[in-house]
Amino acid sequence: MDALMLDGNAAAGLLQEIFGSEMTTAVGTCHACGTAGEVGGVFLYRGAGLVFRCPQCDAVLMKIVVGGTRRWIDLRGLRALELDLELGT
Amino acid sequence: MGLTLVTGEPLRESQQDPKKEDEMPPISRGFRGRHRDDASSDRVPPGQYVTEDFPVLSAGPTPHTRLEQWDFSITGEVDNPHRWSWEEFRALPTEAVTVDIHCVTKWSKLDSVWEGVSVDTLLEGIETSGEYALPFCDGGYTTNLPLEDLTGGKAWVAFAYDGEPLEPEHGGPARLLVPHLYFWKSAKWVRGMRLAVTNEPGFWETNGYHIYGDPWKEQRYWGD
Repeated sequence: MDALMLDGNAAAGLLQEIFGSEMTTAVGTCHACGTAGEVGGVFLYRGAGLVFRCPQCDAVLMKIVVGGTRRWIDLRGLRALELDLELGT
Repeated sequence: MGLTLVTGEPLRESQQDPKKEDEMPPISRGFRGRHRDDASSDRVPPGQYVTEDFPVLSAGPTPHTRLEQWDFSITGEVDNPHRWSWEEFRALPTEAVTVDIHCVTKWSKLDSVWEGVSVDTLLEGIETSGEYALPFCDGGYTTNLPLEDLTGGKAWVAFAYDGEPLEPEHGGPARLLVPHLYFWKSAKWVRGMRLAVTNEPGFWETNGYHIYGDPWKEQRYWGD
């Protein structure tokens, strides 16, 4: 447990803005270790941008950079991201 | 260190005013800043605030590498890779420097006092055809710089801050210090650098942040 660490719930608003859906209940699968879990529960770090990491293996799942009206999203660390649109409203 | 979480509501609110949004990241650390008015404008780049604090930003968990397991290496486009153990690294000539640092998240800190080994010293006697460097770190972080931004007395591998060993949360045991570029280039927990012929974007440069990062030109993001 790192003192600087947050969890994915802290980025709920930003994720909803980007994906247009409630994302904390979406399930992401780590590309590195295969662990699946809700986005709200993954580890979140704030460096120059936001870094979402796997709670199991610490691999980067997702990066988001916010710059003015622009957003950059790196999803390379997610093997899959499952949204249930019925839940995500 | 009181983290202030600002989630969805304020961000949506701020979208109505792009300028305001730019000043309010989705998650605020709540550090205290002041406008550049009371600091000489030739010391503070455009869009920056001066802070007395030393905010901690981190892209991942803080590594705690033991000094006996630490080394620094220069690899890539070199005839022979070079490697220093901690003991060998600390036996190199050191320099004390007082510099201003500028984080892309808009804080600047003036007159920060460091001690480190000049990158010029590390590169002494190393022949390379590479014009770029990709520093790499414990935890997997990387960043990219032209080699000429690391030489000529412009960059150090720093092991002390304010007269004390560099704390892990600030990048200890050693971090890169390149004060003339935004501070994400001053990679924490640095373990070496790979020299390359091409400019390969690093951890943040692949996802929105500027390939070079000159604070005086406000080169924060792609296209700036």
